[in-house]
Amino acid sequence: MAKKKEAKGSGGGRASGRSKANGREAGVRPFTPEEELKAYREMLLIRRFEEKAGQLYGMGYIGGFCHLYIGQEAVVVGMQMTIEEGDQVITAYRDHGHMLACGMDPKGVMAELTGRRAGYSKGKGGSMHMFSVEKNFYGGHGIVGGQVPLGTGLAFANTYRGNGRVCLTYFGDGAANQGQVYESFNMAKLWRLPVVYVIENNKYGMGTRIDRASSTTDLSQRGRSFDIPGEQVDGMDVRAVRAAGEKAVAWAREGNGPIILEMLTYRYRGHSMSDPAKYRSREEVQKVRQEHDPIELVRRRLIEAGHATEADLKAIDTEIRGIVGEAAEFAQAAPEPDPSELTTDVYADA
Amino acid sequence: MPTQVLMPALSPTMEEGRLAKWLVKEGDEVAPGDVIAEIETDKATMEVEAVDEGRLAKILVAEGTDGVKVNTPIAVILADGEDDASAEAAAGAAAPAVSSVGATVSASTQSPAPEGAPRAPATVPAREARVSEPEVPEGAAMVDMTVREALRDAMAEEMRRDERVFLMGEEVAEYQGAYKVSQGLLDAFGSKRVIDTPITEYGFTGVGVGAAMAGLRPIVEFMTWNFAMQAIDHIVNSAAKTLYMSGGQMHCPIVFRGPNGAASRVAAQHSQCYSAWYAHVPGLKVIAPYSAADAKGLLKAAIRDNSPVVFLENEILYGKSFQVPDVEDWLVPIGKAKVVRAGSDVTIVAFSRAMDYALRAAETLEGEGISAEVVDLRTLRPLDVATVIESVKKTNRLVTVEEAWPVCSVGTEVCQRVTAEAFDWLDAPPTKVTGADVPMPYAANLEKLALPSEDDVVRAVKAVCYQE
Repeated sequence: MAKKKEAKGSGGGRASGRSKANGREAGVRPFTPEEELKAYREMLLIRRFEEKAGQLYGMGYIGGFCHLYIGQEAVVVGMQMTIEEGDQVITAYRDHGHMLACGMDPKGVMAELTGRRAGYSKGKGGSMHMFSVEKNFYGGHGIVGGQVPLGTGLAFANTYRGNGRVCLTYFGDGAANQGQVYESFNMAKLWRLPVVYVIENNKYGMGTRIDRASSTTDLSQRGRSFDIPGEQVDGMDVRAVRAAGEKAVAWAREGNGPIILEMLTYRYRGHSMSDPAKYRSREEVQKVRQEHDPIELVRRRLIEAGHATEADLKAIDTEIRGIVGEAAEFAQAAPEPDPSELTTDVYADA
Repeated sequence: MPTQVLMPALSPTMEEGRLAKWLVKEGDEVAPGDVIAEIETDKATMEVEAVDEGRLAKILVAEGTDGVKVNTPIAVILADGEDDASAEAAAGAAAPAVSSVGATVSASTQSPAPEGAPRAPATVPAREARVSEPEVPEGAAMVDMTVREALRDAMAEEMRRDERVFLMGEEVAEYQGAYKVSQGLLDAFGSKRVIDTPITEYGFTGVGVGAAMAGLRPIVEFMTWNFAMQAIDHIVNSAAKTLYMSGGQMHCPIVFRGPNGAASRVAAQHSQCYSAWYAHVPGLKVIAPYSAADAKGLLKAAIRDNSPVVFLENEILYGKSFQVPDVEDWLVPIGKAKVVRAGSDVTIVAFSRAMDYALRAAETLEGEGISAEVVDLRTLRPLDVATVIESVKKTNRLVTVEEAWPVCSVGTEVCQRVTAEAFDWLDAPPTKVTGADVPMPYAANLEKLALPSEDDVVRAVKAVCYQE
């Protein structure tokens, strides 16, 4: 009990949450060279994959809505380093990065984007609706905030089964104003469900800057009236993400109930491919890109510490480009779903 | 290999645009993500980013050019070690093969079925549950039971049978159910499996759906279906569509249940029938039983079903008693209508409480020399039109009865299907008896006028029999 009280106090309090906002400060466990390289590689895979997806969109291979994750890679890569086999992940529609981080095959993801039968949803879900039961990735949901009660329900199932699993439930700063989020917070705390709410605050809900949409902008404190602790995290630094994530996942796994991590991050691209992003200046985007790019940060650390040479990193880059190029080729060449698929998967077999 | 930068599309429908501005010049080094140009259509402006690292060797389309077709090469980027000659070659090459395919792909995604493909059926038949129409075994005792008790027993039996089944909703546990349907379940199964929720339909419905996605089999009780309007997003968007959107991977075995339709004197916001709303949705099964035997057998089948099921009960029927077979594991198949009363002059199709009006009218009509066959739909989706048509082939006349509003109602669907599929068997236009097309009034006399009655059914039957 004593432990619980202490953790609650520190997590719920503003001061400690704020002091950890900068992951480069002391107290953040450094990565081993292997971990740095792993993070670099995984973030780069997401970046290159998303760039390729943008390119294929421009060529007409990908249709409809396509929300790119570029700029936010450290969040999902850092969080993924904190969970165990069997823990669940659920997110909204900016989901390609989460799927790759969960270990889903880039070919299958890209083929879903191009609407082909080899896609994870046989081409019937598209960019926003992909799942992998095998990798514990529960979607891929297109309604803003809809995944929050669903993720809370996954955590409910963990408690029901007593299986010790934790659910990472991601949502954005836009969804943080949805009523169902607070209904979920209430039940998660009431029933002490093992869920980590990861708010990816990329500063814009579509074209509306957070302070134009939210009466309070410190989203880590949105659980206060439910007594859910929360912390702001530098979501551009994968080390800071992992450090905060490790504590949060442990908190949830130990039976303390939900916890909120607000990841301060930034998306470089528009809300979706059809968003020209005229609501912010190019300078704003360039500044983040030049000064806080999550991949560049790791790259610099690797070089400065002598853990990798330019040539080493170039080799990784080439390898990643190969994987992404192969996924793109596969996704362009794969056949469309058979017309008979129109009417399958509407109902389960009895 | 030199990389061509192609004119991108701002949207799947864009065919051409204006290359408004170059932000780099020939010879500049570019990195992925660098903005290199701006393009415009009549609707929007967008930045073109470099996707590869290298040197912008050649600009192929000058800024200010209008009508640049999507996928036209607009520049060439050279990687380390590539020379300008290869840039010239890349510039001179025809548009890369991929881009021409790209246009085809986006066009074909707009038509649901490619040419020559078999036409899709208008509706997807749900697979029937594997339970077959039960025969009441010879000599089996029949017990008198209310619908309320039948529903509770169904839940209790299934909870005993399957550890994954649990009940959640407002007041289902300690209060013993707002309408006492869950009476005794908390004592029998404990608070882990009989769960009181806060009054937050949107949230707890989503929690139930999430638990179902994780493999549990929740029963979500709505105090009434009126309140489920706050949760309809999760019923439709999360529960009904996920199996399809996941290509068959993600199941959602869940039952949403509670009283539907008008109770008594509770006025507009608490007296709505949602039969047509949910019956409209592919991916859902929708059940609306009348008798206690059907309530029990269908609820048990619903809990075992691997698809999401909407189970529409009726408050006024909760206290009504029926004979229920006293057999172990009484199951009624989903998707089968039932001929409850045989007749030869007219088919009356009804469900839920409207069966009361239908059966009473049939008795009255009997006295007047008209023999009515009464069909209880029981399941609204998948709709058992075959049983209705079989009856119509015998009677040649059809009247549907329901408490819901008339526009786009279940009765409308039944009438249309029979007209389309058994037109030659009809001797009169099918007729609907429905609730009035108004929000439910509070005043007792007006409420009575807003709901169908036995007299309305008798009148409608006489009309289709040309006996007015």
